[in-house]
Amino acid sequence: MIRGHFVPVRFDVKKRPEAFERFGARWTPTVLLLDSSGAERHRIEGFLPAPDFAAQLLLGLGHAAFSAGKFAEAQRRFGEVLEKYPETEAAAEAQYWKGVSRYKETGDGSALGETAQAFQTRYTDTSWAKKASVWAAPRA
Amino acid sequence: MAIEWKTDAEEALAQARASGKPLLLDFTAAPA
Repeated sequence: MIRGHFVPVRFDVKKRPEAFERFGARWTPTVLLLDSSGAERHRIEGFLPAPDFAAQLLLGLGHAAFSAGKFAEAQRRFGEVLEKYPETEAAAEAQYWKGVSRYKETGDGSALGETAQAFQTRYTDTSWAKKASVWAAPRA
Repeated sequence: MAIEWKTDAEEALAQARASGKPLLLDFTAAPA
């Protein structure tokens, strides 16, 4: 995934401490995903097993697309996290941002309500479920 | 196929701008 989707750069912190400081890295391993203008869009601090790491990279692609106003692409990336890595911690965040991306693309508020509803059956015990709860339809 | 890691941030930023691809910066204390 790295070769196909990113321009990859590696800094050895022992040899390049200035790069560590320039980008605000605080610990190793740290992976930063920047958009093509150089703005940081996602940060991964600490080791992750391969599926979790891959899910975080997809999440970063989603955030980069979202920040560029490419909401259809963002939806697709967040959807990929849910399809390929549903058991990772990234999945709840992806479910949240997929709904937001759909809303931003279509202007249809039901996208947010449906996202809140989805959190009632999946990833219920996460901070993302709490964040989405504000979109839930009031109970009769 | 192995990843061809760049080590020059400015060169990488220029490539990212030209290609429209995001950058992945890997900070490590133990490079492969």
